[in-house]
Amino acid sequence: MAVQVFKVPDSIRKNAKFSFCPGCDHGVAVRLVAKVIDELNLREKTILAASVGCSVTLYDFINVDSVEAPHGRAVAEATGIKRACPDKFVFTYQGDGDFASIGLAESMHAALRGENISAICINNTTYGMTGGQLGPTTLLGQKTTTSPTGRNREYYGYPIKIAEHIALCDGTAFSARVSLDTVANIRKAEQAIKKAFEVQLKGLGFGFVEILSTCPTNWKMSPDKAHERVRNEMMPVFKPGIYKDVTEG
Amino acid sequence: MECLTGKKILTKGNYAIANAAVMAGCQCYFGYPITPQSEIGEFMSGKMQELKRAYVSAESELAAINMVIGAVSTGVKAMTSSSSCAVALMQEALSYASADELPVVLVSVMRGGPGLGNIYPSQGDYFQSTKGGGDGDYKLIVLAPSTVQECADLTYKAFYLAHKYKNPTVLLADGMLGQMMEPVEFKKYPYPEIDNSGWALTGAKGRDGRIIRSYAPLAQDRCEFLKKLYDKYRIIEENETEWEEYKTEDADIVLVSFGSTARNAKIAVKKCREKGIKAGLLRPVTLFPFPHKRINELASTAKQFISVEVNMGQMINDVKLAVNGKVPVELINKPVGIPPSPDEIVRQIEVYNGSTSF
Repeated sequence: MAVQVFKVPDSIRKNAKFSFCPGCDHGVAVRLVAKVIDELNLREKTILAASVGCSVTLYDFINVDSVEAPHGRAVAEATGIKRACPDKFVFTYQGDGDFASIGLAESMHAALRGENISAICINNTTYGMTGGQLGPTTLLGQKTTTSPTGRNREYYGYPIKIAEHIALCDGTAFSARVSLDTVANIRKAEQAIKKAFEVQLKGLGFGFVEILSTCPTNWKMSPDKAHERVRNEMMPVFKPGIYKDVTEG
Repeated sequence: MECLTGKKILTKGNYAIANAAVMAGCQCYFGYPITPQSEIGEFMSGKMQELKRAYVSAESELAAINMVIGAVSTGVKAMTSSSSCAVALMQEALSYASADELPVVLVSVMRGGPGLGNIYPSQGDYFQSTKGGGDGDYKLIVLAPSTVQECADLTYKAFYLAHKYKNPTVLLADGMLGQMMEPVEFKKYPYPEIDNSGWALTGAKGRDGRIIRSYAPLAQDRCEFLKKLYDKYRIIEENETEWEEYKTEDADIVLVSFGSTARNAKIAVKKCREKGIKAGLLRPVTLFPFPHKRINELASTAKQFISVEVNMGQMINDVKLAVNGKVPVELINKPVGIPPSPDEIVRQIEVYNGSTSF
């Protein structure tokens, strides 16, 4: 007898055609978000504050109410939405440049205020949509179009460890970093997203997940090599784990 | 101060604006302090909590205006207030809100610029509010009160027009109006509530998710959208252009002045008339839409227009466009601070007309 082992989540728009580059982890992340929305039965009460960057296209794929935000301001918009409609489920889906560079003030302060919203941040160590420039998470030594000889601390300073910073904010209820490099880690990522959504539903505060992601196009790597880079270069610096979870004693 | 109706009280322009916003049904206030409008946020912090509405001390003006965008995308009435150099920070979001057709309400209480400037009254943000500092083609509806009573009345109107036209709307006051006290009567919110069920984000219950977006990768999509947007602006011009006239019917000299400055211009007109100078005043209440048509009509009979402003001459550009070369257009201004006094205005009118000299 045939057993269904995979289905497109109901919260993905019908006939949606993902426009992400081959091997980009955005596709997996979007699917996980949609799956958790399905599991928690949230689609009909969700409002998304969309971001700027490759992540902006989420609203084309996920079938929920959405409003775009200027670059970096998604968390501020999410704050406004949630304050206006406390009974809705409100989340953002941003890149690391959006969340942790241009929008760092908004992100930190929402966490400090303990806004009951959830934020997903894709960390691919570069500005993907604009062609691979140095971003807030670019690793030391990493070559980008604006760090042609590699990031060195004297010239460019250090990358930000986002999940750790957000965990330090008193209003944060959940902060985790996950990776999508293996099936086991994808499962963990799904659980973390679920947790970040659930703390909002319970009114416990800011829920946050940083997702380590590939950018094969700008890294100039095959999808396999890109995942190797996530494992070998990113994970030793950006260590996956749960940095804060107020639901655990 | 309490939310009072049907009774005159003596209060500051800033409090009048805040109280009117509450009475208009503003559900969310997001703000960051800046002189000379901080009383609005101070009033809101207490009142909104008391009424179980939302108040957030935002981390910046960038955050505040984007919180407003988030709130109004759900269809509720929401606002922020700020001043000059801080309104400058909001220009990006105002462009987005225009493109997204969202009913953002911004109270802009002008102070002296450019840069950090000072906290004296000013009308230096006529360009900022009517021409915009954000990217692309867009227009904000701009209402310019001249009295504390109008601060209240036009706050009601700002919420109404913002929702009626799904367009960001600015109440453009100045430091003098914000800080001075006058008697004011708060009426019941006089406008109908606008049905926003066709577009507001409520969670996609029983339907596909709505997307409020301006991101348009295809040029053709944007061309069609902009044509539609400008059709809306034309309708706003036809329906909502508002101005006050004083002794313009036989005026040789028409003063054009808005906001607190127009009060001195009005007294100057009286003084001119006493001297036998046939002056009149046209006071635009809406700066967009600007009363171009009426000014052009008056230019057929008047011999001269004079724009009276507290800046280096900003609205004069619109007056010149409206007059369209029919008659000369002059400027009486103060760069910043207390508006030119009626006597100063009269003297300058006489200088322009050769009847006196320095």
